[in-house]
Amino acid sequence: MPTLSEQRPDPDLLLAKVKRQEAEARRGKLRIYFGSSAGVGKTYAMLVAARKLSAEGRDVVIGVVETHGRAETAALLADLEILPPKPMPYRGKDLYEFDLDAALLRRPALILVDELAHSNARGARHPKRWQDVEELLAAGIDVFTTLNVQHLESLNDVVGGITNVRVWETVPDTAFDDADEVVLVDIPADELLERLKAGKVYVPHQAERAASNFFRKGNLMALRELALRRTADRVEGDVQAYRVDKSIESVWKTANALLTCVGPDAGAERVVRAAARLAGQWNAEWHAVYVETPGLQRLPAARREKILGTLRLAKELGATTAVIASADVATSVIAYARNHNLSKLVIGRDPARRLWPWQRSSGQKLAMLAPDIDLVEIGRADGVMQNGDARTSSWPASPGVESSDRRKFKQLRYLWATLACVAVTLLSMPLAAHFDRSNIVAIFILTVVLVAVRFGRGAAALAAVLSVCSFDFFFVPPRFSFAVSDVQYILTFIIMLAVGLITGQLTAGLRFQARVAGHREERAGSLYEIARDLSGAVQIDQVVRISDASIERTFRASAALLLPNAAGQLAVTAPRTETALNVDIGIAQWAFDKGQPAGFGTDTLPGSEVLYVPLRAPTQARGVLAVKARNRRLLLIPEQRQLLDTFAALIAIALERVHYVEVAQDALVRMESERLRNSLLAALSHDLRTPLTVLVGLAESLTLTKPALSPAQLESAEAIQDEARRMSTLVSNLLDMARIESGEVKLNLQWQPLEEVVGSALNATQGMLKQHVVEVHVPRDLPLVRIDALLIERVLVNLLENASKYTPPGSRIILAAEAIADQLSVSVSDNGPGLPAGREEAVFQKFTRGERESATPGVGLGLTICRAIVESHQGKIVATNRPGGGARFTFTLPLGQPPAAAEEAEAAHG
Amino acid sequence: MAEPLPVAILVEDERQIRRFVRTALEAEGWSVHETDTLRQGLIDSGTRKPDLIILDLGMPDGDGMTFLRDLRGWSSVPVIVLSARVGEQDKIGALDAGADDYLTKPFGVGELLARVRAASRRRRDAGAGLGSIFEFGDVKIDLSLRTVHKGGAPIHLTPIEYRLLTLLIANSGKVLTHRQILREVWGPSHTADGHYVRVYMGHLRQKLEDDPAQPKHILTETAVGYRLVQSARE
Repeated sequence: MPTLSEQRPDPDLLLAKVKRQEAEARRGKLRIYFGSSAGVGKTYAMLVAARKLSAEGRDVVIGVVETHGRAETAALLADLEILPPKPMPYRGKDLYEFDLDAALLRRPALILVDELAHSNARGARHPKRWQDVEELLAAGIDVFTTLNVQHLESLNDVVGGITNVRVWETVPDTAFDDADEVVLVDIPADELLERLKAGKVYVPHQAERAASNFFRKGNLMALRELALRRTADRVEGDVQAYRVDKSIESVWKTANALLTCVGPDAGAERVVRAAARLAGQWNAEWHAVYVETPGLQRLPAARREKILGTLRLAKELGATTAVIASADVATSVIAYARNHNLSKLVIGRDPARRLWPWQRSSGQKLAMLAPDIDLVEIGRADGVMQNGDARTSSWPASPGVESSDRRKFKQLRYLWATLACVAVTLLSMPLAAHFDRSNIVAIFILTVVLVAVRFGRGAAALAAVLSVCSFDFFFVPPRFSFAVSDVQYILTFIIMLAVGLITGQLTAGLRFQARVAGHREERAGSLYEIARDLSGAVQIDQVVRISDASIERTFRASAALLLPNAAGQLAVTAPRTETALNVDIGIAQWAFDKGQPAGFGTDTLPGSEVLYVPLRAPTQARGVLAVKARNRRLLLIPEQRQLLDTFAALIAIALERVHYVEVAQDALVRMESERLRNSLLAALSHDLRTPLTVLVGLAESLTLTKPALSPAQLESAEAIQDEARRMSTLVSNLLDMARIESGEVKLNLQWQPLEEVVGSALNATQGMLKQHVVEVHVPRDLPLVRIDALLIERVLVNLLENASKYTPPGSRIILAAEAIADQLSVSVSDNGPGLPAGREEAVFQKFTRGERESATPGVGLGLTICRAIVESHQGKIVATNRPGGGARFTFTLPLGQPPAAAEEAEAAHG
Repeated sequence: MAEPLPVAILVEDERQIRRFVRTALEAEGWSVHETDTLRQGLIDSGTRKPDLIILDLGMPDGDGMTFLRDLRGWSSVPVIVLSARVGEQDKIGALDAGADDYLTKPFGVGELLARVRAASRRRRDAGAGLGSIFEFGDVKIDLSLRTVHKGGAPIHLTPIEYRLLTLLIANSGKVLTHRQILREVWGPSHTADGHYVRVYMGHLRQKLEDDPAQPKHILTETAVGYRLVQSARE
């Protein structure tokens, strides 16, 4: 009985749901029209639906649709926008493929992409169309597509078994299961056959014979059943998802997760597909492991690659994959299962009992080791014979330097083992007279152990056999004959042989463990080295050098770092390696932008020889690592890829650290130079103002002395005072200009009533405007404006000062302000002589004055400062001549959203 | 009784500035002590019981701010700060640290004397207690009746406006920084809301000044604060 608290949704699950919904909201929606075979009318149904949506106003574009010459389908294409296909040169002629880039550029709301299982021509970005669709969805574009049941990866072999026709174009089940909607397009088998007879079903010419086998009623019925079932599974999945959605009950049985083992036989793929199907049915996560035993490690490269290929297939089908190096398959599989909490084990049934001693009973062995784990054995297909064939044929057909070297070494060690036995026999001959035969036996056993240690299992076995023979022949009476007089020697022989074989076996196991440990240590060592080296790097160059060297050392691969410029465009750091690597900047840029690996061994442009790994650092991608391995298999091993990814992460972090070191240094330098400049300006200001203060003060004291000065003296004293004050203004202007030019003026922005600033500006210019008539037109209801009051006051003071300087006494000066739209416009106009025509703009230049030769004092800095100040407020300042004569300076300031009115505060206090 | 001359201490490192400031102050009837270091200035402030200190912020032997903070620890003597610095933050800092007024170099003798008079009057008033009637221009405030008249006509002020006005009156002639006003009128939690002060000062000016755009009494010390001047030439 569920109690109330059990019914309550788990917050973590709810959070996961919200996150999933967020991700889904950004992603496009995928609808698959799913059918049992060609000819059921998927494309037709898709087009009908698309037309309906288009009529409703959706932005629908046809990416690619195969009409196969059917008129009724082609008719549906009319007046829908069709994306032109992209020609791909292939063996001298052009193949036309879906143009992914054009589709991404066009960005329709919905795009129709027929035949999800289609394989793209070489040179396309992705090898498979479903990957194109994936990218479209990621870009937020909805996609309609079609799919036949036999193209589903996990059903591929089942369909092959039913119809005897295997198709090679497959779509991973995840693509099908992740689709937002699946529409089953279904017609009865008889009707389909009729349509076939009527020529309404497209059959490629070269496949006509196969097609006649394929389109048999029995096949069609079976396919139909498969399609219906698969859809039903999916619907059930939907129902479950809905249930989880509605009241998150404990549908998640994490204990349901299953594990499958990938072996070297041809049946491995079958097992993997079966496991994928089971996992799908149970709605469980699943893992696939490959346990690499010493024996498997000795397999030729081609077969090892095939095993890794099977592992990749598992990954495509949605499994978590791992490669474990261990001599004992059963134990390590069970350990893995326990570590990952996997309660079900899916294995292939063992082949006929002859090849591997441990395989013979692997099922029982696993069951014995872990009685609590469910074991599912997948029956073998036809593959036993074929498997044997492959085995025998693949041995001689394994070319390559590596394996022939190894064989030579192997032959050599048998030779050494033989020689060792001969030598021991010769050595023991003279001893036989003095020592007991049991001691001789001990010498032989010692030899076998030594051979085992040095040359491994095979040689040890040989040595054991040879030792027994030699002991029998040379030492056991009757000597120089294999006949044995005393029966007890038979026991001696058996023990000798057993000891030899067991020792050999043990030693070989130890050697393997040592080698695995060696590899592991090598990996750890190289990681440690690169981490240590990178932690010392303080410049990009060093990071580049260290990465190149480390990757060269660890992966025997050449590497290049591609780093982005400020605009995010990648460039190669060392041009030399670029040419050596043949780096394709386009692929690298893709990897960088998407944050996903591309190139060799990935889903994106796997045809490339170079692997591009994005360098993802905590804050952003820092570049791309391009790697080209001389031994390509090395990069396909999951462990090596993981190591490479770790390298990439380390390099990315190093690059980020270097970046921030630079940022910090820049900031430090800027702060330092700012401090210097400020102290220089302060010192200058102090040193210039102090004598000016003295001048002003002393001159003024003169005017105040008693007895009073004569009028002429008084005039002189006042002149000194005035000039000193002018000098002071000039100094202020120069210092301000220096400060503004250095770009270090920090605005002290506050919400101000303009009136207040106008008031203080008029107050400051009172003295010099005595002889002018000043009118102020500032409306009382002007909104607050966000300005640096001091600087805007400077602007007004400078403008008023200019007006007073360049107009004759008695002129009118009008200061007006008004709010126009989102700007506050302030103007200072006069009715003086105005600006020289054509020089309205030039007055704002430094050291420019209205008239060249003028007795009017002042260096032309005032207006330059005005412009700098206004522009730093995101405003504009212009000078014009008034229609009625006189100059007008107008500046604008942006009006923002003033803070909440202070009236509320009043209510609170009043 | 024969009142002794009021004592002013002048802390300034520039000899010529000391010279004309001393001349001007002595002409006003002050007894002036000059020092050219902050250390000596601080000692003199303790021993000579000054009625006024004139302090140059940019002294070679230290920062005038430190001097101010030290001094305010034990004395409330009026301090007028002289500064060659243009940064408004320095002025605000000095005022917040306890200076009564400031002058930016170069300054005229007239300006200096006006500030000195205002400061000494404030000191005197503080001793005698504020009268109940305060007047500037044609505005008359009765502090006991809490009424405000302009040109004989009663003026209605909101509580905040009135509190602002009384604060200005209590510190008549002295610069009040935005922060000081906010703290006194709105309370310590509002010290960041500078625009309150500006908006209410605008209201006050519109009610009390003849031409709010060219105020004669409620003056703005741009980016620093406000000052109430009683007579136009002070």
